[in-house]
Amino acid sequence: MARKIIDAKGSFCPGPLMELIAGMKAAQVGDELEVLSTDKGSANDIPEWVKKVGHEFIETREEGGVWHVLVRKAK
Amino acid sequence: MKILIVGGGMGGTIVANNLARRLHGELKSGKVRIIMLSASDRHMYQPGLLYVAVGRMTPDELYRDQASLLEPGIEFQVDPVTEFHFARNQVSAQSGKTYDYDVLVIATGSRAMMGSIPGLAENAETFYTEESAVKMFKALRNFEGGRVVVTVGVPHKCPMAPLEITFMLNDYFKDRGIRDKVQLHYTYPIGRVHSLENVAKWAAPEFDRMGITYETLFNMKEVDGANKVLKSEEGSETKYDLLIAIPAHKGMEVVEKAGFQNGWVPTNRATLHMEGEHGKNVLVVGDTTNLPISKAGSTAHFEAEVIAENLAAVVKMGAPVRDYDGKVFCFIQAGKERATYAMFNYTTPPSPQPPTRAVHWFKTAYNKLYWTSARGLL
Ligand SMILES: Cc1cc2nc3c(=O)[nH]c(=O)nc-3n(C[C@H](O)[C@H](O)[C@H](O)COP(=O)(O)OP(=O)(O)OC[C@H]3O[C@@H](n4cnc5c(N)ncnc54)[C@H](O)[C@@H]3O)c2cc1C
Repeated sequence: MARKIIDAKGSFCPGPLMELIAGMKAAQVGDELEVLSTDKGSANDIPEWVKKVGHEFIETREEGGVWHVLVRKAK
Repeated sequence: MKILIVGGGMGGTIVANNLARRLHGELKSGKVRIIMLSASDRHMYQPGLLYVAVGRMTPDELYRDQASLLEPGIEFQVDPVTEFHFARNQVSAQSGKTYDYDVLVIATGSRAMMGSIPGLAENAETFYTEESAVKMFKALRNFEGGRVVVTVGVPHKCPMAPLEITFMLNDYFKDRGIRDKVQLHYTYPIGRVHSLENVAKWAAPEFDRMGITYETLFNMKEVDGANKVLKSEEGSETKYDLLIAIPAHKGMEVVEKAGFQNGWVPTNRATLHMEGEHGKNVLVVGDTTNLPISKAGSTAHFEAEVIAENLAAVVKMGAPVRDYDGKVFCFIQAGKERATYAMFNYTTPPSPQPPTRAVHWFKTAYNKLYWTSARGLL
């Protein structure tokens, strides 16, 4: 089980979500992926996508204008 | 000073013409040279492809000779660039020649990657090239009813094209008297029907009103042509009888080869310089930037004006005069005889108004006025 950072700072909706989708494809079940984004819209979009696909949403937190969205690949 | 413009589409052509007019004297005296390298001797009005696909324009109406669009004094050559050598201020081209520059403008545009999704190229129609638009037109003519799915990947050029083609198909099938035999369905990769929130808020009720169904958070994964099913990354499936795709785009191969991910050049959002140590004398215009704004002709146009004005000011006064503010203007064809528009920049989102016939006629006029705009006169 690995923890992978997807740095999508400076990229706007839908960029961060697209990068997560690509990252998910490459990840193993159980891996955690942390998306870093400066775009607030993506902080909302990502959990919605994770829910639809059936992966696990862990948390979103903001630190100095950067949203960290943490998810786990579930299948 | 040698200014080398790579790409003779919307962005490159406006930069060249605008510059040539501003630097008329310098061009005449030989102090400045403007050289344009492109991949084609023809210039296509790409938005016209949308109309070709539904039989409202023919392909020959979309082209002009590139040389005829350029101001005198611009040295134009068809010699596609095969490699950028930023550290040496040179590019290599297909003919085997190398061209050097003092200032480089990259304006090579973007391309729809039909091959990026298994089964898509073989089973879907699209209208992003002349050939595919004509093929789609024929497929539509032969279509007598069933489920039509318009599926979209991002990023793609012309932010409004997916909505426009869907609205236009609604009218197209009505005109043929078979709308009641056609189910229209639309899919979009994020959680609403369009990337721009206000456009999505406007378009979703229009879809409802027209009886067009949609699924959001749908990212194309593969097409099962034998069973006529489109599958998503999210695990959902949708059946189709006719599949129309606008797949995700990339920049051109030569830009990817320069080490830029997906062919998008990292670009400063205000000055439009290429980011990085070799970017001081490199400017980027149009679809090939990595800027978080729509890949549209109007984007290329407004960026090109800033670049030309700044370059001319650098020649004449030693410094640029203004920043690009992210301005984009897009018409939205909301059916065959109604249109609206969206105007926005980095800080102000668009707020589309209800479509009218007047805006539709303005767009129809623009289909011809484009050439005036490319010449840098509008
Ligand atoms: C179906 C469709 C509908 C559209 N509708 C609209 C609309 O309604 N409104 C709107 O604003 N925009 C619309 N667009 C988008 C618009 O056409 C593009 O955003 C615009 O043309 C971008 O300009 P550009 O200069 O970046 O690229 P382009 O105009 O595509 O030009 C790229 C140029 O680079 C050249 N080139 C490519 N590779 C090389 C190379 N290796 N070396 C040298 N030259 C090279 C090409 O030959 C071409 O001349 C639409 C596009 C399509 C396909």
